[in-house]
Amino acid sequence: MLEIKGLTADIGDKTILHGIDLVVPNGEVHAVMGPNGSGKSTLAYVLAGREDYAVTGGTATFDGQDLLTMDPEARAAMGIFLAFQYPVELPGVNNANFLRTALNAQRRLRGEDELDAIKFLKLARAEMKNLAMPDDMLKRNVNVGFSGGEKKRNEVLQMAVLRPKLAILDETDSGLDIDALKIVAEGVNALRGPGFSALVITHYQRLLDHIVPDRVHVLAGGRILRSGGPELALELEANGYAGVVAEAA
Amino acid sequence: MSASVASSRAPATGGFLARFEGFRAQLPGDPDRRAQAADLFRANGLPGGLPGRRAEAWKYTSLRPVAEASFREPLTAIADCAGLLARLPNVGLPRLVFVDGRYRGDLSADGFPAGVSISTFARSPDFGALARPERENMVALNTMLAEDGVRISVADGVDGGTLMLVNLATEQSGRATAFHPRHSIRLASGARLSILEVSLGDGVYLHNPVTELVVAAGAHLSHVRLQDEARTAFHLSTLYADIAEGATYDSFALNLGARLARTEIHARLGGTGATVHLNGAQLLTGSQHADITTVVRHDAPGCASRQTIKNVLSGRSRGVFQGKIEVDRIAQKTDGYQMNQALLLSPDAEIDCKPELEIFADDVKCSHGATVGELDRDQLFYLRARGVPLAQARALLVRAFLTEALDAVTDETIRDALEAAVSRWWESEPL
Repeated sequence: MLEIKGLTADIGDKTILHGIDLVVPNGEVHAVMGPNGSGKSTLAYVLAGREDYAVTGGTATFDGQDLLTMDPEARAAMGIFLAFQYPVELPGVNNANFLRTALNAQRRLRGEDELDAIKFLKLARAEMKNLAMPDDMLKRNVNVGFSGGEKKRNEVLQMAVLRPKLAILDETDSGLDIDALKIVAEGVNALRGPGFSALVITHYQRLLDHIVPDRVHVLAGGRILRSGGPELALELEANGYAGVVAEAA
Repeated sequence: MSASVASSRAPATGGFLARFEGFRAQLPGDPDRRAQAADLFRANGLPGGLPGRRAEAWKYTSLRPVAEASFREPLTAIADCAGLLARLPNVGLPRLVFVDGRYRGDLSADGFPAGVSISTFARSPDFGALARPERENMVALNTMLAEDGVRISVADGVDGGTLMLVNLATEQSGRATAFHPRHSIRLASGARLSILEVSLGDGVYLHNPVTELVVAAGAHLSHVRLQDEARTAFHLSTLYADIAEGATYDSFALNLGARLARTEIHARLGGTGATVHLNGAQLLTGSQHADITTVVRHDAPGCASRQTIKNVLSGRSRGVFQGKIEVDRIAQKTDGYQMNQALLLSPDAEIDCKPELEIFADDVKCSHGATVGELDRDQLFYLRARGVPLAQARALLVRAFLTEALDAVTDETIRDALEAAVSRWWESEPL
């Protein structure tokens, strides 16, 4: 279970998060929606451990463990996965090597046996098939020369191979056409179950047609202004964020 | 006081002239060429060896440590090189082996394809026509003292395949040695040859080879050099390449070893449509210093030159790249490209980069660029967010930077050999 209480964070001398309270129980998918600049991506980065942000107050725990004192790699090994809004290109590192290095690093940190190349390839190829990705994506350098949609699909592939307990999807829908959106959504839905929870950060409602959330939260000005069921997303789609923001002010 | 000032202004010659006087009667080849070279060396000494005498070409690399060492004749008769041979890349190529600068037929293969002839400088000493001892002092030194070297020629239209040229230096307890191989490689029209040249050794020594390459019309020479000398050694190589119409000289230099290294290349594109690639990578640590200096001369129209040099510098190491492109007024449609990239892994590491373009034609495309940086923060975070610990993430990104450099080597067997050398370096030097 992810529990965030009174979380505040700065970048440089600017405060972005003004006290976030949010609980995502195991097995649930929650959406975080909000206008541009509301702090959605900052929340994602802070949970994943990006050092550019300074946490100035509050707590964030996962399954009772204090996330904020952990290195990013330790958070990943305990099952937290951030699907990047802008996946990073790694020239000179091929996708297969990257994925296997990541998987085995996590397994090592958890005290599990590493996967050999053959077992790994079998696993990766099966997941790629589910995501309608061609086999040669494994040989290509990570995200180099990938289209926007391929990059996002590659994030979901990593998620499928790494099998996190909590996935944070930072605007994974941006830049996707409808077919790619469906594939990505199916990739997330396939992981749904009691041992998997997700925080789906999005600007638009359309992703939530395909990944139906248990709860929807509206983030604006660095605070959660409203929470509700999936119908809240529809209301936002119809009326925009202005109503919610005005109501809270 | 005045005496010491006077002596510090004399050219530093590192005892090489005394050796020349002692051995000159036994040295092979044209004695007049040697005597001229000795005069030049006497007048100019070791380049950059003393303050106040630094030529522009040696602005960033001082040979003071070479001038201060005392080098002696290698005693090859006592050399045991089994350990060194075991360190050679296991590539199954026919090889030509030099130990302490002297050809060792007993360690070398024969049976090269018809049309490939192999000899040595000791057997048929010929100083060639490309080397410029009057301009390059290290070449004057080589010309004065060269004893041996390889001579390879490939006949018209013959594919000479791939061979390995090996330069080993043996440890000779308490003796710092110096040797000055003189290599010559000639490809006749339409011939092909691929060479993997490996230099490695133990102990304190100066390896000062001069290589002449003649690539005739339509010929193709691929030349990959792995410099993995002892960390206590000096490696100062000078290479001259003359590339004719439609011919290609495709080279790559990987510098891993030596306390001080200089890879100096003078390439002349002398016929229409000639191509030269002078790529390389330097991986340095501790107080290593490595310098790649190139002069590419476009003397004919429609030629292309490509240079990408990548440096990975840790500790207090220093990398140097000086690249000059000269375009003659008749060399229209020249396509020249030069890129130097450096990854600095420590605040004490240093890169010096000096591009120079000298263009006398008006319809040319010449570009140069340089990047210097630390590891990319976004890339590091991306890897860590996937569970890769910081140290491993750093290593992976440095390897990736080098992998991109090694991609310039198209022969897979040879690229694998370079990758293996980088891996060995890596195991001994965790960052």
